[in-house]
Amino acid sequence: MKPESLIAALYVFALAAFLGYQVISRVPPLLHTPLMSATNAISGISLVGSIVIAGSLGHDQMKVLGYPLSTVLGFVAVTCATINVVGGFMITDRMLRMFKRKELPAAKGDGKKALKG
Amino acid sequence: MERFYFIEFTYLAAGILFILGLKGLSHPESAKRGMHLAEFGMLLAIVGTLLHHDIVSYELIIAGLIVGGAVGGAMAYWVPMTAMPQRTALSHAFGAFAAALVGIAEYMRHGAELEGVKMGAINLEVMLGALTTTGSLVAFAKLQGLVRGTPMTFKGQNVFNMTLLAATVALFVYTLFNPGAAAPFYAMIALAFLFGVMLVMPIGAADMPVVMSLLNSYAGLAAAATGFVLDNKVLIIAGTLDGFSGFILSILMCRAMNRSITNVLFGAFGSVKDDAAAAGEQGEMREINVEDVAVQLAYAKQVVIVPGYGLATSQAQHVVRELANSLEERGVTVKYAIHPVAGRMPGHMNVLLAEANVPYSSLYELEQINHEFPSTDVAVVIGANDVVNPDARDNPQSPIAGMPILEVDRARSVVVLKRGRGRGFSGLENPLFFKPVTGMLYGDAKESLGRLIQAVQQA
Repeated sequence: MKPESLIAALYVFALAAFLGYQVISRVPPLLHTPLMSATNAISGISLVGSIVIAGSLGHDQMKVLGYPLSTVLGFVAVTCATINVVGGFMITDRMLRMFKRKELPAAKGDGKKALKG
Repeated sequence: MERFYFIEFTYLAAGILFILGLKGLSHPESAKRGMHLAEFGMLLAIVGTLLHHDIVSYELIIAGLIVGGAVGGAMAYWVPMTAMPQRTALSHAFGAFAAALVGIAEYMRHGAELEGVKMGAINLEVMLGALTTTGSLVAFAKLQGLVRGTPMTFKGQNVFNMTLLAATVALFVYTLFNPGAAAPFYAMIALAFLFGVMLVMPIGAADMPVVMSLLNSYAGLAAAATGFVLDNKVLIIAGTLDGFSGFILSILMCRAMNRSITNVLFGAFGSVKDDAAAAGEQGEMREINVEDVAVQLAYAKQVVIVPGYGLATSQAQHVVRELANSLEERGVTVKYAIHPVAGRMPGHMNVLLAEANVPYSSLYELEQINHEFPSTDVAVVIGANDVVNPDARDNPQSPIAGMPILEVDRARSVVVLKRGRGRGFSGLENPLFFKPVTGMLYGDAKESLGRLIQAVQQA
């Protein structure tokens, strides 16, 4: 890593940390569970790194099913990170759809069963 | 060169969209749109990455995307809201494992040629990734009930853990100066995996909100370290946001329990200390029957419902809502008081009640509702214990002294729905249960609430 890129990366880190603090302190406790699953999905961005590794060939000696071991690790990483991204965003959406300001006449899904009484 | 700019542009756009997405979470109305922005950002970053010039074959990428997408989608679709803490723990494990694997693969490819700074970033990424993976899996097992939720301790545990940590750090430093030495690198990973297990094992289920937040933070920092390894700015931005979000949440959770992070991690809080608990307050608990509670509720002006983890275990969120409905039809004001650490993860109760269609405008935070208890006719405590324990306020000797509580004991009447006479997770006696204003309604919360609804309608 060149010193310039390290410094640039540190700048990004420091500014993101500061901005993150500001933005996240404003999230109300009401939405803390969606916040956690959303940030979790966002940090699934390591998918980006995994994709490059799974798609390129290492020079490692050890092969698994004809692929270099590091490439196979990349594949596992892609799988895990995708679970995080897809699952995290989908469930965040699902949760956020449930938050309603006022009562709505008909409840969806599970709610309907419970409201029949 | 155009391609390089295009890829970098997608990353920049993704970083901005992530921040806008999180900004949307400051209000439930803007949250959905915010998430769509973040999702779009993720899509952009993935498309950009697929154009990377190092990529020579797409088979494994596509296979991974399909398998991961199917598993993640299925999990998100079918997991019940009551199991949200488990799912989140599992998700932390996947994310952290991915980060660790990227670090290991990078090391395999470049091993000896790595210089100090990059090796440090890889080490950090792999170490945090590994310990978060196993730590989250243990948290998952505890939350899912695969292993018991009480703290698992043994003699010399803290000494053992500290030695383990020291050994991991020593290998970390050694590999910095000898990047070519593969054995110490892999040994460090193994120790980090073990440390993750040891770290979460002694932590009780009631302290899970802190642990979940902390693991969230580590998973994010591992991703940020990946950004340093790959010199990829969007990874740094996203990882840092996640890291800080988890960090802020763990501080909020600790504050809500008036405890320090070290106390949560190493205090083995809630392991059964018989002597301390037995010395607690004794007295008569007053049992109350469904009909009496129903009359109290039906003729009340204001009822405050205090949910706890017991609400989740008995899946009673819909029945609570039903009861509130029939009370509101009679003109009773129903509010919900949510303690920050009620449940097993931050915001757990809010999500459960939202699932049951409780409008979020009826959910009140601790500071908003506490002054209303004196003018509340009935406070209904459902499966909550420590968060309403008046000892935290009145008894400086109590292990939970100073913890902010919901002051239900100031209400005119308190009804506690409880499975049995046992103590809560902390193993502490709760003087609330012995107060003259308190009536105990034993039994499964869902069942009791069902009978209450009928009785209220007849009252």
